Formats: sequence, C-alpha cells, structure tokens
Amino acid sequence: MRTIVKHRLFWPATALIALIVINTIARPRFVKITIRDGELYGALIDILRQSAPLMLVSLGMTIVIATRGIDLSVGAIMAMSGAVALQIIAGSDQPDNLGVVAVAVGAAILVSLLLGAWNGFLVSVLGIQPIIATLVLMLAGRGVALLITDGKITTVNSDPFEFIATGYLLLFPFAFLLAMALVAIVGSVERRSALGVLTEAVGINPEASRLAGVRSRGIIWGAYIVSGILAGVAGLIYSANIKAADANAAGQLIELYAILAVVLGGTSLMGGKFSIAGTVIGVLFIQTLESTILFLGVPSAQSPVFFAIVVVVVVLIQSSQLHKWARRVFGGRRSTETSSDVEVAA
Amino acid sequence: MTVTQDSAVRPVVEMRGITISFPGVLALDGVDFTLRAGEVHSLMGENGAGKSTLIKALTGVYAIDSGEIVVGGEPRSFHTTADAQAAGISTVYQEVNLCTNLSVGENVMLGHEPRTGGRIDWHKMHAQAAQHLADMGLHIDTRSMLSSHSIAIQQLVAISRAMVLDSKVLILDEPTSSLDRGEVESLFRVVRALRDKGVAILFVSHFLDQVYEIADRITVLRNGKLVGEYPIVELPRDQLVTKMIGRELGELDALAGSAERAVDRSGKPVLKATGIGKRGFLEPADLDVYAGEVVGLAGLLGSGRTELVRLLYGADRADAGVTEIDGKPVKVHQPRHAIENRVAFSSEDRREEGIIGDLTVAENIVLGIQARKGWLHKIRKSEQDEIVAEYIKSLDVRPANPNALARNLSGGNQQKLLLARWLATAPKLLILDEPTRGIDVGAKADIQRKVAELSDQGLSVIFISSELEEVLRIAQRVVVLRDRKRIGEIDSSAIDLDGLVDFIANEGKGTAA
Repeated sequence: MRTIVKHRLFWPATALIALIVINTIARPRFVKITIRDGELYGALIDILRQSAPLMLVSLGMTIVIATRGIDLSVGAIMAMSGAVALQIIAGSDQPDNLGVVAVAVGAAILVSLLLGAWNGFLVSVLGIQPIIATLVLMLAGRGVALLITDGKITTVNSDPFEFIATGYLLLFPFAFLLAMALVAIVGSVERRSALGVLTEAVGINPEASRLAGVRSRGIIWGAYIVSGILAGVAGLIYSANIKAADANAAGQLIELYAILAVVLGGTSLMGGKFSIAGTVIGVLFIQTLESTILFLGVPSAQSPVFFAIVVVVVVLIQSSQLHKWARRVFGGRRSTETSSDVEVAA
Repeated sequence: MTVTQDSAVRPVVEMRGITISFPGVLALDGVDFTLRAGEVHSLMGENGAGKSTLIKALTGVYAIDSGEIVVGGEPRSFHTTADAQAAGISTVYQEVNLCTNLSVGENVMLGHEPRTGGRIDWHKMHAQAAQHLADMGLHIDTRSMLSSHSIAIQQLVAISRAMVLDSKVLILDEPTSSLDRGEVESLFRVVRALRDKGVAILFVSHFLDQVYEIADRITVLRNGKLVGEYPIVELPRDQLVTKMIGRELGELDALAGSAERAVDRSGKPVLKATGIGKRGFLEPADLDVYAGEVVGLAGLLGSGRTELVRLLYGADRADAGVTEIDGKPVKVHQPRHAIENRVAFSSEDRREEGIIGDLTVAENIVLGIQARKGWLHKIRKSEQDEIVAEYIKSLDVRPANPNALARNLSGGNQQKLLLARWLATAPKLLILDEPTRGIDVGAKADIQRKVAELSDQGLSVIFISSELEEVLRIAQRVVVLRDRKRIGEIDSSAIDLDGLVDFIANEGKGTAA
C-alpha cells in the first residue's frame, strides 16, 4: 500500500478519479457511454475529444520543461498553424479535395516546425533564457497569424479538414486517437531510446552533462521543435473544430494550462525527471474540471474562481511540504512508519 | 589542551540514538554524540560515514527519523535551520554562505542591525560590526564588499556573524580546505579564543594534522554507526585511522611503487599539446603524456592547473596551440571532441560539474558511454546492469545500490561514480582534477590504487591534487604551474616534498632539498 501512495502518479490519479466520482454522484448520466452508428457518445467521450489540443501542447511542454525550459509560444503557434492551413484551403477551388487538405496540413506542420526551430535556436544556440526567447513568438505570433489571414477570420467548409476535429475512427473521436497516437510515439521514443534519460540529465545539470559529452544543444533544440510541431497539430484540431482560423482566440492561454497540466502530472518546473503519463492525467483532470464547471452549472462569471480553488486544493494535496506538516501533526503514527523505513533501507 | 572531564561540564548538545535514512541509504544508525562547553570536538569518519548527515540533523537541515536532540538541557526538534540558530547553533561551511554582494558589516550584523526610529543606524552598525571583527583580531573595512575578500576572511566574517547571534555552539564544516597555512593559523587563533570563552566547537576536517593541532576530543563514525568518543591524547593517529576505515593503514604506503615505475617514452605520446593557451586564462603551455604514464600537475590553487586541463579537454576553448593525439593533430573545441578521441575529464567540482544528482547511480555511470553512442543507440538494460555491477564492485561504491540517487551519496562515493563513468568509456587518457579532495583516507586509497593499477595496464593519466605527497606518490613526472603559467617539469623520483614546495615557490630556480 505504501508503495502505491508513494508513487509519483498517485495524487494526480486520485484527484482525477475523485472528480469523476463527484460528477457521477451529482449526475449518474456522467459515466454513461452509448454506441450509436459505431461511434461512442457520452460526457466522458466529449472530455476525451475536447482534451486533444491541450494534450498535444502539454506533451510538448513536458519535454521542454524537462530540459529546464518553458515554451510560452505554443498558443501563438496554434494560431499560425490554423491560419496557414485555412488560408490554403480557403484559397483553393476544391476545399473538399483530400489532396488540398493534405497540402494545407503539411504546410501548417512545416511552419510550426520552423517556429519551434526558431525558439530552439534562440535558447540552445544563442543562450537566451527560455521564458524570454519564447515570449518573442508568443507576442508576435498572433500578429503574424493575422497577417496571414489578412486581418479576417478565415472560414471554410471542408469535410476532410473537419474530420480532424469531429470525425470518428474505430468507435473513438479521431482527434483523441490522434493525440494518443502522438503521446505514444513521443513516449516510446523518449523511453525506448536514450533520449529520455539524456534529456533529464541536461535538465538536472546542464554543465555536468556537457562535460560528460551529452549533445545538450541538439537535445534542447529538438525539444522546442517537437513542442512546435505538436502545437501546430493542436492548432489544426482547434481550427477544424470551429471551421475557422481565429488568430486571437486560437489557443488563448493554452500555454498556461499546459504548464499547469505538466505540474499537476508531477513534473517539476526545475527540469529533469519528467512523466508523460502524469501529463496525460493532468490534462484529463483539467478537461474534466472544465466540464464539471459546465455540468454543475457554475455561472460563467464565477467559473475561473471555482477552477482556481480546485486547482489550488489539488496542488496543495501534492505538496511535499504539506505532507511533512501533516506527518508532524499526526506525530504519533510517524515513529512506526519510519521504523519500517529503516528496515527497507537496511 | 584543556580536556574537560565528562562530569565536570554539562553537555551543551546531546544527541542520542539518531537515525536518519534516505531512499536506499541508511545514513545514520542510532548514533550518540555529545558536545560540551569550552571544547573543540572533532567529528571523524570516512566519506559516507555520516558526518555531514549528523551535522545536518543538528542544524535542522534534515529531520531525524528517530532519536532525540537535547540542547542546553532541553529536548529540541529542529525543523528548519532557523530553529537551530534560535537554539544557539551556528554553522560555518566550507563554501561560505553569506551574501557576497553586501558589505562586510552588513553581513556580520544581518538581521541584528541597530535601529533608531525604525531606520537602520548605518554608522552604529558598522561600528558594532568592526567591534565584533576586532574581537577576533580582524581589522578590515566593514564597508568593503564581502566578495573583495579572500575565502579565509569570509570565513572569519561568518564566524563573527555566528558570535553576533550569541551562539553557544559553533560548527565548522571543512573550514580549512581552501585556506593556506597562515590563514589556518589565524582561524585557529580565533577558534581557541572562542573555546576559552566557553563556546562549544564542532570541527570537521579531513586534515589529520589540523585535527590533532586543535581538537580536544574526537568522535569517530563509520558506515553511519558510532565507533566511539575519545579524548585526543588517548587516541594516536594510527589508531584513529584504523577506527575510521576499519582496516589497517599501510595500504597507502603499498602504493609507493607507482611513482617509480619506468615509463617508455620512446614512441609517440598519447597526448601532445604545444603552446596551448587562452588569453586571460592560461599562458601558452606544453604538455605531453605517454602511454601508461601518470603526469601530476602541481601548483597552488589558481595556478593554472585546472585551466590547463580544461583547455585540453575542450571544457573551455583554447585560442592558441595545437593538440596532437597519438601523433595526429585534432581539434578540441568541445568536450565531445575530446571524448571522441578517448580523453576523459573528471572535474574538481564534482557536485556542479560531475554527477547528475537526481539520476541514479546506474544512470550516472552509464551516462558517459550513452552520450558517446548518441541517443538513438540505447545501451541494452542487461548490458547496463553488467557495466554498473562491475564498477560498483571494482571501485567499492557504497551503498552498492544501482538505484540510489547520486545526490544521496557521500563525496568520496560520488567521485568513484565519476571514475566509473569515465572508465566505462575505455579512455586512453584520463584527466582527474582533485579526485581526492574532501574525501577520506579509505576512498582516497581506493582511488589512488585504481589509478596506479590502470596506468600499469597502459592508461595515461593527468593527475591534479593540492596534496603534493599524493602527486609525488602517484605521478612519475610532475609539471609545475604558477600564476597561470607552466614553470617547469620534474621527475618525481628526483625530488622530495620539500624540493617540490621549493620549486613551486621559487619559479623553478630552487634545488631539491
């Protein structure tokens, strides 16, 4: 039992389950899932579908944070990616043509890759602090997106493009499957190759890693490129969902939610050890909480306060300092606990 | 020596049955420790014996798992360092923990500035600070920036700050490791004066000479357990060392052969650097190392020893000179270039530039090979386990737990970890910068033995150490630096310790005594 409690994902997972339980008690229909025309429906499925953009952005953010960095430009990259894709589709004669959509998607991802590479260049080659380096694109990016769409909100009607956000594949929403596939790919590349441990080494002690011969420049640069690409895909899902490129609304504040998801998932902002599974749980928690707010009918004016209170509680539950205090308050139990610690160590 | 009788003076600090464990490490196991007013008490033990842990328990850095701490007759439980300070326990660390960007006076009086009407009376503050410093025989401008003074002065400032806090207990943790002889003298003068005033002083140092010079009583720890407490007059050095390492001394003496071993210098040197230098960093210097040779670099702190090897390794980029490896010119602009040429470098700052603290012992050992292979070619788990198990055994890394976090290991074991990381990459030339600094006799013997053994098998080594005896014992040839300049080179069989000291001091014009 103690090993379960001590597992780094114990508290994030508990918080998520608790939230689902509360919702189910409030309205049992919450956990109900039905199959219609070979597609799953239900509140939980909606949460999975809606979580896709945040999932992708948070995945990239996890890798960047592991290198001791941060990427504030993800929301702006989402806006630019959507703008590029929609401008290409809207400019073509056949918006429903699969080829056109493929070109648009390819171009958007290429642009996102270049934007990520720009961030990585500033951080890893020029040595600019990550928060400043990515602030550049965060501030400028939406302006560039507006430039691409000529200051308008470009809208399209393209079935293949909309499929990215609203389509279904093998029972599940396509957006969710896409996000999970990318999570699986990034996760297995990190852990099956040595990239994960080298990334952690760079994040924990950059100078010692450099002296040990780790190519830290490449690792850090790569992290920002991955983050850029994933934000680009998130931007595509977002704009496919609203069938429009909204340079101002796309991915607004998503960088902060992504940072929150990473931290809720147990990855430290100090860099080093990271947990992709933790981030996934963090994202699902945030998305479930958003749904809960709608579900419980919290007035929209008060919803940020409600959101903040829940987040603070969850962060406090995870705080090791609080655990220390709790142990001190319940000091009686402590001596027995520690004596078994000693046995473990000895 | 003023050895107090147990019954005569009431203990200021009594620690009983202290137990502390970290994941995978039982750092202290039911240790008792007593500190009395007006004594200098030395805590001795190998690296990993639990000295630092015991001190951190006493200063509130670590919470104890079991046991009790009684200070001034009252049971205490310290949760923070502030709790310990409030109880009259002050600590002066090896790395001074003061604000170097504030003035000397501000540092001494920080938090206790005299005030008039809520505002700090700067004039009075500096006067009081000057008084406190003068009490310790230190006459410096209290308005000068702390960073403008030497580490020795900074340490005295730290001690006078402890006196402002009216400390009953003063802990000096390796205070002398970066001080020269004269500075140690003035530190000891202050320590004796404080002892005579009734302050209880806990003195931790790995310099045996200094311990025997200043301490009244010794407590010995080994592997997290108490070995015993002894008045210093009843514990001769050889007995102390035996108690610390739990085996007979003489292992170090057995190494004497390494320096005298003949080296074949007929072929091409493994490394030949010509005129390597960097402006404002090191004047162009030459160095060559042959297969199976140990070349020692000697000189004072800041003489350019570290600078020279950092240029050779590419840790800093040289702006002049040529490096040849096995007779072929190579470019070494980055550590990676050196590693590709089978040159390995273990930095003197093992915490900041060596280990990756939050990674495990196993991950730290494998890091060197993994970095060379690149991230795409992950070393198989079974192969990793094999490498790690081999080096943990051959270097006697303790705890022998591959999954312990590197930061929980003692300094000596962290050093072994770094040695393991580099040996696993099968280097041709191994550069060791102060590999034995701040580590105890046992680990030191292990490391020296390993170096001697490896060079015997053909590995070339550049060995830097502030302990000249060590350099003379291990290296066949010693290159001497001074003021960031290479001043000469000597066969170590042709010189003794006094001769080497003379050489370092007199710019190569001296003769062997």
